[in-house]
Amino acid sequence: MNDTSIKISIRKLYKVFGDDPQPALQLVMDGMGKAELLEKHNHVLGLNDINVDIPAGKTTVIMGLSGSGKSTLIRHLNRLIEPTAGEVWVDDDNILEYTDTQLRQMRQHRMSMVFQKFALLPHRTVLQNAGLAPSIAGQNERKYADEARRWLDRVGLAGQGEQYPHQLSGGMQQRVGIARALTSNSDIMLMDEAFSALDPLIRTDMQDLLNELQAELQKTVVFITHDLDEALKLADHLVILKDGSVIQQGEPQHILLNPAAPYIEDFVADINRARVLRVRSVMGTFREAGTYAGDIDHHDTLESVIAKSEGDTNLSYRVMQDGKPVGLLDMRKLVRALVPSERSVERETPDLSDLQSKSAETDAALSQ
Amino acid sequence: MATYDFIFDGLGLRNWCGASGDDSGGMTSMAQLLAQTSGSDVVVSPWETPFPSMDAMHEACTSFPQSRALTSGLEEGFLSIKNGLKVVVDPLTQPLSWALNEALWVMQVVPWFIMIPLLMLISYVVSREWKLVGLVAICFGFLGFVDYYSYTMQTLAIIFVCALTCVALGVPIGIAMARSDRVQRIMIPILDMLQTLPPFVYLIPLIFLFSVTEPKLYGIAIILYAIVPVVRLTDLGIRLVDPDVIEAADAFGMTKRQKLLNVQIPLALPNIMAGVNQTIMMSLAMVVIASLVSAPGLGVLVLRGIRSLELGVGLLSGLGIVLLAIILDRVTKAALARINVSQSR
Ligand SMILES: Nc1ncnc2c1ncn2[C@@H]1O[C@H](COP(=O)(O)OP(=O)(O)O)[C@@H](O)[C@H]1O
Ligand SMILES: [Mg+2]
Repeated sequence: MNDTSIKISIRKLYKVFGDDPQPALQLVMDGMGKAELLEKHNHVLGLNDINVDIPAGKTTVIMGLSGSGKSTLIRHLNRLIEPTAGEVWVDDDNILEYTDTQLRQMRQHRMSMVFQKFALLPHRTVLQNAGLAPSIAGQNERKYADEARRWLDRVGLAGQGEQYPHQLSGGMQQRVGIARALTSNSDIMLMDEAFSALDPLIRTDMQDLLNELQAELQKTVVFITHDLDEALKLADHLVILKDGSVIQQGEPQHILLNPAAPYIEDFVADINRARVLRVRSVMGTFREAGTYAGDIDHHDTLESVIAKSEGDTNLSYRVMQDGKPVGLLDMRKLVRALVPSERSVERETPDLSDLQSKSAETDAALSQ
Repeated sequence: MATYDFIFDGLGLRNWCGASGDDSGGMTSMAQLLAQTSGSDVVVSPWETPFPSMDAMHEACTSFPQSRALTSGLEEGFLSIKNGLKVVVDPLTQPLSWALNEALWVMQVVPWFIMIPLLMLISYVVSREWKLVGLVAICFGFLGFVDYYSYTMQTLAIIFVCALTCVALGVPIGIAMARSDRVQRIMIPILDMLQTLPPFVYLIPLIFLFSVTEPKLYGIAIILYAIVPVVRLTDLGIRLVDPDVIEAADAFGMTKRQKLLNVQIPLALPNIMAGVNQTIMMSLAMVVIASLVSAPGLGVLVLRGIRSLELGVGLLSGLGIVLLAIILDRVTKAALARINVSQSR
């Protein structure tokens, strides 16, 4: 992650809900947990010492179960919720020092938001909804219509501009929500469980749409979900929350192979690993010598490699990146990576390069 | 001997009371009369112990005020602040008198063959329903035919001015209530009181304050009575606006004012319109009572029916009021329905 710049930086962020949060915050800083704080002091611990760097132009997914503080965290990024303590830096400004006017400016031009329940204005047409941000900035409909229509077309709503939101299906309403965020022309897009209210098939469509848009536009997306499949499909950077604390963050493949806590192991246990894991995450270092069955791309999923090998575990493949060989993939190693039970070994070796040498050892042990 | 002598004796207030209650020169109670005729002290059984009311206390101690003193005291108190109150309230409410006079004048001056088509046009613009336009034509045609046209127009003029004032005052009050819990806490008892006080009770202090010939007298009574629903429903409507939509408005950087004008009021409009409908219905009910204090219109005919037992006049003018109520209700409800269709979820 060193090669990308940081767009949003969250530092030592705490949020305590309740009548008198400051003393409760002190208790939290002294190590009191969420359950105890609620029971003994009747305050809810929303966020506990959050430190997250959100890379520019990438999709950062914040994942956690219901009540883990995801919505609370994302609402700190545009200050819909005020923190009890901590800092939120956006483009080198601490937004907690912003005046009301500066804050509104940021919300109008630099950050947009997509909501779980769409939250469109029911008395305005689709076009007027899409043009919400420019209309707030004072532009009239004729002025923003072209831009709004362009984004409506882009999200697949060509010709629907004159409809009212209630005339559209849920999936289409959320497309309006996305068009509204895009029309604001902001670098940062906050999405709070944006697809959770949609049917599974439509949901997949929307995920594909978001990935396409991302490939094209490279916005800084902060996406919230409670669904690991969705997280792995979208994430460049994954942050896992539990009870208001970050328990692991990093590259999704890495988290999948090295879950840092039993909580995450449970999360990743049911995942279709072959479809999610990429060749680059499990390959071995490249050696000139040796024979291989063919070339595969470092970004291929393991599933596609299995299909290619037709299940033959004796093969190995040369891994290519931008036309250069970067590694070797042994099919037996691939198969082992599909079994989550190996995680206990991996957990002690969080570093990826370590992991590879380690699995080489187990490799040897197994073949005896 | 009175029942509560012991209180004053016990407190050592006998001197303050002056002589014993028996020698009092004021009203003589039934018990005392009985005692005089039978020539002996009445033995009051514990079952008949009177409530320790002001009058009972007065019996025991003449210096203690009777309840009559309370009511007359209230009256005197009101009379003493009346002039001060008038200085403030009179100019404030003068526009109301003026508006009512103007409206009454306009409605009388415009000839029927312009006024009835105009009312039909208004009902079409508001409701977009030809059936309703037909209803308006039939009702006004009937009322004109039985020679109640000018009375009907007077009633309509009063309702028009009063309902408009109610909306102009009530919507901002409702908005203030929705925005601040404290304003709401203060306003709710006032609204409850306005709604539950018998309508006649409004009239009494107003009669003291203004002369009976001033139109604002009944104008104020109608407005006080009819403003409640529009205030309540504006407050409710704004508080019921989907918090997700409000959050979206915040997240895209709306100012408070933009939020109010572009999100909260439009989304509360169905509720506000329901309040306007109620307000119009209530002003219609009050306009009849207001005839007691010289409000012109159909109510005058109703009163005439009661006073001189003219059954026919009373029934026909009552029917006229019902017809007006039906028209006003249907037209405002049709407008409400149009708002609802355009923003149903
Ligand atoms: N306004 C609030 N007052 C009190 N507690 C709150 C408030 N908002 C959220 N919480 C609590 O904070 C925790 C995190 O909530 P939330 O961020 O909505 O979780 P998630 O979005 O992950 O489901 C929950 O325990 C919730 O009850
Ligand atoms: Mg949530």
